Parts: sequence; C-alpha cells; structure tokens
Amino acid sequence: MVGIVSYGAYVPWYRLGPGSVGWTAKGEKAVANCDEDSITMSVAAARNCLGDSSRKDIVALYFASTTAPYIEKSNASVVAVASDLASDIFTADFGSSLKSGTSALKAALDAARASNKQALVTAADMRTAQPRSSMDETFGDGAAAILVGSSNVIAECEDSCSVSHEMLDIWRDAGDKFERSWEDRFVIEEGYQKSLPLAISTLLKKHNLTPKDFNKVVFYAPEARRHTEMAKKLGLDPKTQVQDPMLNLVGNTGAASALMTLTAALEDAKPGDRILFAGYGDGADAFMFKVTKEIETARKPGKTMKDYLKSKKMLPDYETYMVWRGLISRAAPSRRPPFRTPSPSAMLREVDKNLRFQGTKCGACGYPQYPPQTVCTKCQAKGQGQPYSFADKKATVFTYTLDTMAPTLDPPMVVTAINFEGGGRAFTTMTDRDTKDIKVGMPVEMTFRQFYVSEGIHNYIWRCMPVR
Amino acid sequence: MAEGIKNKAAIIGMGCTKFGELWDKGAEDLMIDAYLEAMADAGIEKKDIGAVWCGTHYEEVSVGKGGITVATTLKLPFIPVTRTENFCTTGTETLRGAVYGVVSGACDIALCIGVEKLKDTGYGGLPENANVSTGGTRDRLTGPNRTGPGSFAMMAVRYFNKYNLTPQEGKRALAMISSKSHHNGSLNPKAHLRKEVSVEAIMNAPIIAWPLGLFDCCGVSDGAAAAIVVRADMAKNFRKDPVYVKALQIALSSGEEVMYTDWDGAHVETTYRAAQQAYKEAGITNPREELSMMETHDCFSINELTQYEDLAISPRGHAKDDIEAGFFNLDGKIPNQPSGGLKCFGHPIGASGLRMVYEMYKQLQGKVDNPARQIKNPKYGLTHNMGGVPNKNIVSVAIVGL
Repeated sequence: MVGIVSYGAYVPWYRLGPGSVGWTAKGEKAVANCDEDSITMSVAAARNCLGDSSRKDIVALYFASTTAPYIEKSNASVVAVASDLASDIFTADFGSSLKSGTSALKAALDAARASNKQALVTAADMRTAQPRSSMDETFGDGAAAILVGSSNVIAECEDSCSVSHEMLDIWRDAGDKFERSWEDRFVIEEGYQKSLPLAISTLLKKHNLTPKDFNKVVFYAPEARRHTEMAKKLGLDPKTQVQDPMLNLVGNTGAASALMTLTAALEDAKPGDRILFAGYGDGADAFMFKVTKEIETARKPGKTMKDYLKSKKMLPDYETYMVWRGLISRAAPSRRPPFRTPSPSAMLREVDKNLRFQGTKCGACGYPQYPPQTVCTKCQAKGQGQPYSFADKKATVFTYTLDTMAPTLDPPMVVTAINFEGGGRAFTTMTDRDTKDIKVGMPVEMTFRQFYVSEGIHNYIWRCMPVR
Repeated sequence: MAEGIKNKAAIIGMGCTKFGELWDKGAEDLMIDAYLEAMADAGIEKKDIGAVWCGTHYEEVSVGKGGITVATTLKLPFIPVTRTENFCTTGTETLRGAVYGVVSGACDIALCIGVEKLKDTGYGGLPENANVSTGGTRDRLTGPNRTGPGSFAMMAVRYFNKYNLTPQEGKRALAMISSKSHHNGSLNPKAHLRKEVSVEAIMNAPIIAWPLGLFDCCGVSDGAAAAIVVRADMAKNFRKDPVYVKALQIALSSGEEVMYTDWDGAHVETTYRAAQQAYKEAGITNPREELSMMETHDCFSINELTQYEDLAISPRGHAKDDIEAGFFNLDGKIPNQPSGGLKCFGHPIGASGLRMVYEMYKQLQGKVDNPARQIKNPKYGLTHNMGGVPNKNIVSVAIVGL
C-alpha cells in the first residue's frame, strides 16, 4: 500500500488585507516576509511534516515551484539539506507549471511504490503579479510538504490520472517579473474548466465512481469564484464535500495551492474517508485517497494549517509589500557598504553548519555549542564534538537590540543573543516579530531564512522568531 | 607572571593631529603631521630611529597593506617598518611593538604611529561589510549583520535587565557619561566634536539601536598620533619629564561568551582580565585609590559604564552611583576622558590607542593645551581600548606614569 505518511503546510505570518493601507481587495492574502522565498517556505513545510522523526527511510526529495530562487542549480538540494535529509538521496526540481506540485506528488508516489521507501514532496510559490492587477489581488504565498511511503500510510493512494494540455492560459518567460495571461474567459473555459474535470472523470470512470462517493474533494482553483463554479460543475455539495481552498485567507499559492488544501483536509480526515484530489496547470492530475486507521495514531509533528490561519499579522501598508518584493525601494536610514558575495567554497565547507544549523555536542562534557567547535568551549576537550542540530531546539532571548542602522528591508533589525534549551548560545536575528513584544527571556524557535542575495548567490541562514 | 615591562621603556616625544572630518587630508598627510610633532617634541633626528611600528585597521582606506606607505611618506632611512592591526587596540599595539623593541635591545629608539582615514568611504559608520566582522568566512556567511551600535546596545539591554534599571534610569546613567565627555571635548582644541550636550538632549536623541541613541555613539573620524620610545635608562638624556610605561597588556576572548551560557552579557570579561594583568604588571593594588586619570574606549556609552566595573574601579552594579557622584568628571577622583573620549575626540581606529596615551602624556607633564582640562598632580594614567563586540573582542590596557 502506497500513500501519504505525513504532511505539513506553511503560511507566512504576514497578510495583506483589510487594515493594510492601500490594499483594496476584499480578501486577505499571505505575503512572504522579505527574508523568505520558495526554498525557505518549503523547508518550513518540510519540517512541519517531518518534525523530529527519523529521516533514514527518505530516499528522494522533489521540490516543486514556479518561483524557484535558482533557474540553474538545484533548489531541491538546498531544501534537502536544510530539512536535515541524508545526502545519499535522489533530489529533483519540478517547475514551470502550476501543476508541478501535484506532478511531484505523482512522481513521489511512483518512487515509493518502486522502492518501498519514502519520498518527500515540497511545493511552494510566491508569484508576483502586476501591482493592482486582478492576479495581484488573488495571488498568495505558501508551501506544503507531503511525505509518501509504503508503510505507516495515513491515506492510501488508490489511483491517479493525469492529462496534459498544451495551451497558453497564463505564462511567464525566464525574464518576466510578472505573470502574463490571455483573456480570462479563454483561460477558464478552454483550460481550467476542461482539463480538471477531464482528469477527474477519467479516473472516476475507471473505478465506476462518482464525485458523490467522496467524503472530501480537494481541487485547485485560480480564485474563489472559479472554485465555486467548479464545485457546481462537478456536482459536489459545497457544504459537506468541498474542502475550502482558503483563497480569501491565504490566496492562490500556485504550485503549492492544491497541496496546502490537501493538508488542511487531512487534518480533519477520519479513517475510511475517501478524498478526491486534483491539481491544475497545463493539464491536470487527479488522485483518489482512502484514509486509513493510521491517521488516528500518526503524529502531527509541527504546526497545522489551523495554527497558521490563526497566527497572522496584517502588513501596515501595500507599500511595504512592494518594498519586500523589490518593486520599489525605500531609502535606507544610512548609506551602508554592499554585502560581500559569499564564497561558494566556504559555503560548501560550512553547509552543515549553515543550512542544517548543526553545531557540536562535546563528547567529554556533553555541552552543545554553535558553531561546531574542535576545542570544546566549556571543558577544552579536543576533537570530541559530535554533530548536534539546533534547528528544532527551543530557545529564550538572552538579549536583543532594535538596530536602525543594520541593512534590512524590514527595519529595525532585531539582533538577538539566544540561549537554547539543553545548552548553547547563538547570536542571530529575529524575524516575523512585533518589535513592541520583544523582551529578555521571551521564548523563540528557529526558522530557515534568506540572509541576502549577491551575484545571484542565495545565502541562507537560521533566524529566531517568537513561538506562536 | 613574567617580570613585565614596568619602568623599562619611556616615551620622550608625542604628536597628535586634530581629529575630525578632515576632507582636505589623506592618511599620508596625517601621518606626517603626527610624526613631525613627535620628533620635534623628542628633539631627535630621523637617523636616530631604529625601528617603526605603524597601525591602521582599514588599510583599504588608509595606508594600504604593509609598511611601504609609511616608509616612503616619511622617507625613512632603510629601517624596519611593521604595520600592525588588532582592531581598536591597533594604536596600543604599535606602542607595545615599540616598547618591546627597545626593551629587547634590538634598537635604542623606536617610533610608533597610529593612523586612520575613515572619511573617504562615503559611509557614516565603519566601512566594514554590513556585519561587524570579527571572524572569517563564518561571519561572512551567517553573521547576524549587526552593526557596532547594535552589538553594544545588546549589552545595555542586558545590563539594565541584570541590575533592574528601568530604561529611563539606564538611559540617564548613559547620558551622564556622554554629557561629561562632551563637556571635556568642548575644552579640547584637537577634538572632533566641541559642543556641550545636556543629559536631557542625549536622552531624547533619535534611537540608533535601542536603547542607544545618537549621543551614545562615538563618531567616525580621521586622525593620527605618534610616539617616540626609548629605553628607560636613556630617557633623561632627551628630556627632564619623560613618561614611563608601567604596563601594557592585551587580552582576547576565547569565544566562551558567544557559545557558553555563563557570560552575563552585562560586562566585558576581557576588559576585566586585561586590567587585572596590567595592575599586576604596574604594581597597582587598589586602582580606585591609585589611578589619577583614564582614557577608556567609550565607542558607546554603555561600554564606558561597564568599564568602570571591569576596570575594578566601581563595584559591580554600582557604576551608576559613581557616575551620579561625579567620580569620573574632570574635577572628580578619577577623571575619565579628559580629552573628550572617543565620544568627542573621535575614533580613527588605528590612531585611538596612541591618541589616548598622548592625552595621558601631556597630562602627566602638566602640558595640556587648555589649562581648564589640566588634572592636578597626576601620577598614573590608564588607557583602555576594546575592539570587536562585547561577546567577541580584544582589549588592551596601558598604564603610564612618572
């Protein structure tokens, strides 16, 4: 039996919505912080999916996004390391299509079936539309992660069906900053309303089922109105059968959207439930899942979609969003020297330290320290340090400052020293914070973020953020 | 402990430029000015010099790497020139080099110069990469891109927290420190900033890095200072009032503050360690009673506050009491920053250590340019530098006297 073993989502803390000056749309949308991208959001979702469970059975990672930070260079390999996966795994990037998330899931299920091992899928997107366009009002940022395998399955994949459809409904070439689209009616009628039902009906026909046979139906839609229309077209009962795609709360998160909705459905699923699931983009992928008894005992390691929907902060204004996306620039408080381009050879040497957030635990005295030390800071023993991950450790703020001079798109920079539960201290910066809430002693947790980009090199670090 | 260098070397001449935004002068011009003043003060000729130590921190905007610019600018006669760099202790390091040079017998007369030209970068702060880099590749890749003010502000937050000071109480104590230095700086013709500033104005200034405001931070300046050092037994051949070196100590963090949770974040351990070693070398047992005056590294007001405790002058947690009692004012028991300090004199990194010794030298000789700043009958003067950030740093303590 092959299916879903675990799942996790990620929604950025910030939203554009009522209360954000200059935001005119009715709904809200999740907005990635200026230190987030599709890689960091994937890592957050992956860590929610995996928690502190063993990674030893995971043999593949598929990263899906239409907004991958790197066009050439594996994004999946960054996500794999930062999610603390082993190095002897297969990694692959899925991109280009809004369907890349469900395509990656299909590939992962096939891989799990073939290997009897586990494969992790992450999907994340943060697409940028022309400011003030209708797409701008509907796009959101977020990520999902699905672990598939052949044992401890919480939702068995009974079958799937895909269709491929060549058309230009929405697109972006390599040099485009913003999405492009053809006329809305063509996009919907010739694309969405044809491909998605075709994949579903082909799958159901094969099994002599109708949409009525499913407890929950999860499917992609570009916006809320189109979602309602599609539910009607499929003959679904919107009250009981249709999983809310959160389009007015999170927005359309592109390649991640359907998978994020699936994680929300799984949070409420009961043994025996049947879930019909479909993603769209240049065709469609449809899946049938049957929830098993395992779902009752499976751990929910990280934050849930419900947690994320509850925990949010409205951006003060639309201008902040524009600054974070690099659409306009705001003067820095003082002229600062540019960041030096990181050295790829140094990054290679320090990959575990920087991306896994790995320090050492002294074999002689047991004291954990970051960064890893050859000579123990506490007992001076040499060469006794064992790898020790701080990424999932809780910590408290030892001291902090609100630095107005430090270069950041989100001033002031909150610089902190934090003490980890179980020992160890790190100097880091705090993200996703309300500056008025910061206190010595406040509990924080670690999050994987972007430090800066220079010469096309995306430099990632771990930051702390308030526990929510 | 080794026997140390107490009374083995003496300073027979010093020079110091005006510090400030010296748009019309390059590092070479500043070096020449400080050098010529020191040579004239010592009454020696170029051929008398046996070796040279020159300190700069940001060689990119000062004199370049190595000692070649020094040798070619001063037209030195084929003698060794060593360029030193050790963060903000750089100037004091040049003096240590010169003192060790003459005490070892390698030469009879040594010249040391500290110089820094920071105002050619176009940046208001230090021209380092966005973070205060005390390390190598790790800081480049993952340093928390804090600034100097941010790093020291974290110590202020910790100090207020540890000793239960409200932000208002803590900021007032810090403001009194800066206000005192502004008063002293206003009396100093060579200082960068020469304006009195009230405690209230300092407390209400814009925040740079909470809780530090504009006047809690020292400025970025250009400047140079120089000293001529000889063996102590030769000193009186040159002048009747040479100033003797009593102690020269340096201490560096081991990194325990950064990684190990014992450090309280409210003091600088290296300042305490370097001071203890210096007092031992100089034979000082009660610094609060024996020191006459100080120039300490007040890059940020909180640093000066914790120094009072780390230098074992104020009891732990009680620097505020001494500040409020005027203990460190010009007319107090141990005046600190009689020159105006880094706060007002300015802080061209490589020059600061020697500039502080210059102030002590003139005070000890009774030859301060403005009699309003002259301290009566000083015996021992202490200078202190600290480079890096409170959790990872290097500290120098020098004691000079008659």
